[in-house]
Amino acid sequence: MTAASEQSGAEVLLRALKDQGVEVIFGYPGGAVLPIYDGLFRQNAIRHVLVRHEQGAVHAAEGYARSTGRVGVVLVTSGPGATNAVTGLVDALMDSIPIVCLTGQVPTHLIGNDAFQEADTTGITRPATKHNYLVKRPGDLARAVHEAFIVARSGRPGPVVIDLPKDIMIGKAPYSGPPENGHPSYRPRTEPDPAAIGRAVDLLKGARRPIIYTGGGVINSGEEAAALLRTLVRLTGFPCTSTLMGLGAVPASDPRFLGMLGMHGTYEANLAMHGCDVMLAIGARFDDRVTGRLDAFSPGSRKIHADIDPSSVNKNVPVEVPILGDAGRVLARLIEAYEADPRSPDRAALAEWWREIDGWRARESLSFTQELTPGAVIKPQHAIRRLFEATRGLGKEVFVTTEVGQHQMWAAQHFGFEEPRHWMTSGGLGTMGYGLPAAIGVQIAHPDGLVIDIAGEASILMNIQEMSTVAQYRLPVKVFILNNQYMGMVRQWQELLHGGRYAESFMAALPDFVKLAESFHATGLRAESVEQLDEVIRAMLATDGPVIADIAVDPKENCFPMIPSGAAHNDMILSAATEDRAAGITDPGLVLV
Amino acid sequence: MAGDAGLRFATISVLVENEPGILARVVGLFSGRGYNIDSLTVAPVDETARLSRINIVTSGTEMVIEQIKAQLGRLVPVYRVADLGREGPHIAREMALIKVAGTGEKRAEALRIAEAFRARVVDATTESFIFELTGGTEKLDAFLALVRPLGLAEVSRTGIAAIARGTRTI
Ligand SMILES: Cc1ncc(C[n+]2csc(CCOP(=O)(O)OP(=O)(O)O)c2C)c(N)n1
Ligand SMILES: [Mg+2]
Repeated sequence: MTAASEQSGAEVLLRALKDQGVEVIFGYPGGAVLPIYDGLFRQNAIRHVLVRHEQGAVHAAEGYARSTGRVGVVLVTSGPGATNAVTGLVDALMDSIPIVCLTGQVPTHLIGNDAFQEADTTGITRPATKHNYLVKRPGDLARAVHEAFIVARSGRPGPVVIDLPKDIMIGKAPYSGPPENGHPSYRPRTEPDPAAIGRAVDLLKGARRPIIYTGGGVINSGEEAAALLRTLVRLTGFPCTSTLMGLGAVPASDPRFLGMLGMHGTYEANLAMHGCDVMLAIGARFDDRVTGRLDAFSPGSRKIHADIDPSSVNKNVPVEVPILGDAGRVLARLIEAYEADPRSPDRAALAEWWREIDGWRARESLSFTQELTPGAVIKPQHAIRRLFEATRGLGKEVFVTTEVGQHQMWAAQHFGFEEPRHWMTSGGLGTMGYGLPAAIGVQIAHPDGLVIDIAGEASILMNIQEMSTVAQYRLPVKVFILNNQYMGMVRQWQELLHGGRYAESFMAALPDFVKLAESFHATGLRAESVEQLDEVIRAMLATDGPVIADIAVDPKENCFPMIPSGAAHNDMILSAATEDRAAGITDPGLVLV
Repeated sequence: MAGDAGLRFATISVLVENEPGILARVVGLFSGRGYNIDSLTVAPVDETARLSRINIVTSGTEMVIEQIKAQLGRLVPVYRVADLGREGPHIAREMALIKVAGTGEKRAEALRIAEAFRARVVDATTESFIFELTGGTEKLDAFLALVRPLGLAEVSRTGIAAIARGTRTI
């Protein structure tokens, strides 16, 4: 490498990003990253989207990544820029979203001196990322960037931080292309062990009450994995359920799909998990929202668990057949082996199992009662159903993001997701304020898509500043607020667990969301009662630009079914009318989140 | 501890890329997830100092030990994780520098015990000895118990270094 061919660190960085196929960066400038911004200014290959808060940049990159399957890229300045990004990084870590986050840093000679806007970014983000780098030598720059992309997208995906001291960006640095042999030490196993596949098929063929339980890993693996999962479900005729993160892998309309499982999952999904004799878990991690009380979780089943992350296997629940590998590869091998196996499954037992499941289904655990007389208060579930119905047949690809709370659970329960990568929500971390910036990222990736953030009035205020980003880029994002005037999910727990003492969960002094929309150059709409709902939805969908639709919903509505924390799957509260509502709640359960 | 229901000790060796922050990553993993560290040693082990070996003695239930191994294994700079006790026989050694201060009969007794344990005297004054002792953790513990009443003043232990017996390598 001759000196003449050396470029500045910032140019090397941008070239590496380009070679990694990066088209968009979500970011926010500051002193430490000015050389990078200068480099961005002088090129056209990579587009920059200016957010209004660094947390928003990460969530936007998450929305971009999750809806495209590509790595989302973030650029923030040192110190407060980096610390503001931390919530987004942890969010991406928990939900396995591939992100590369570039953080500015003070020049190398000032590191450790408490310099202006210095923060120990690699120290702070070490437990917040899959991996991080501090580039201290120009010669390490290009390699660090390429490695970061490999790490972010391979194995179980996740966020990677590259901390970039300003002097490294300004000084000369050599360029090298992406490494040909992948990463030297990080080589996650993707191809499953055939012996494990064989043992899994043994169990599946002998199953009398099987269930397939899938999660975000199937989505992350790609469209191919979701297609294979559909094939497996068709081939076996087995019932299947999904975590919050896995919705859309199997179409909600498929009769073999039992709906979401877990704390706010359907009665049939949870009872089928509880009563099954063989469980096939793929790309799901037996999270506490899913298992409920661990010692009572699916007590009579033998379990197969396929996951790309060895640390997810046997972490919470011991399983008989662990399979390490990529969800798509595992599904492909399972289907081959299942079809090649001459044993025929016990059709009679399966039919009997389905009869039992249909009995649970008949309880209609997601049902609610909507009064339709004019002036009647809107039920939040009804609002989501009507929204879902209005978006079908529009001839547009529909993407839904959410904030966190009751509205999120109602969206998961009542909006039917037919495709993977069309549902973006904060699952593991449960980050209020995720939905609006995530919607921005989705809309940037899919300019012609219909992108709706189903929001709560409390959550939306956490990153409301991103309406300004929406305005700047003329993103036609629709914010659909289920306004119950409460931190509804908090209120619900206070009602059920804390004697109805609603400490600090009432949202006093809410803004006028219509005026708020208008002040951000968007359209504001409001529905006060049930007869106004459909018209507001219609007007929202007919508007070309961004909209905030403020839907006044029943402030007292609770989200059911519910397995209280610490209770077992068969200890479910089905509705507000259920007697003895806190029945399943034990003292140990009360300490759980 | 190992006597408690289902708990066992494990000696885990980890071969890592010798990059800045790797030790913080490993220690952070243990503290963040609430695992025990009974002993931890780290040093570069190849001629170019590109690779380091970390030896960790930890304890937990079988499920926790398996989690620890899996969590270590998925750290990006980690090449290999070996559960030495599980993968076959192994040797584990640590070294201690032990200062015993005293005079008269106690001083003489300390020296006799040191000879019995093959501890080397690496420093001596009229009122003190520093012993260098290498061996398994139990041997060091036993020696310390014996010299404690004789004026044990200070101890510096390395923590264990461990390696598989025979031709097996990490
Ligand atoms: C950043 C953050 N802070 C606090 C919480 C705890 N929390 C979970 S749901 C919720 C209330 C959300 O209220 P809203 O957005 O109005 O949704 P609703 O439940 O009313 O539908 C709160 C405070 C959280 N999940 N995230
Ligand atoms: Mg609310």
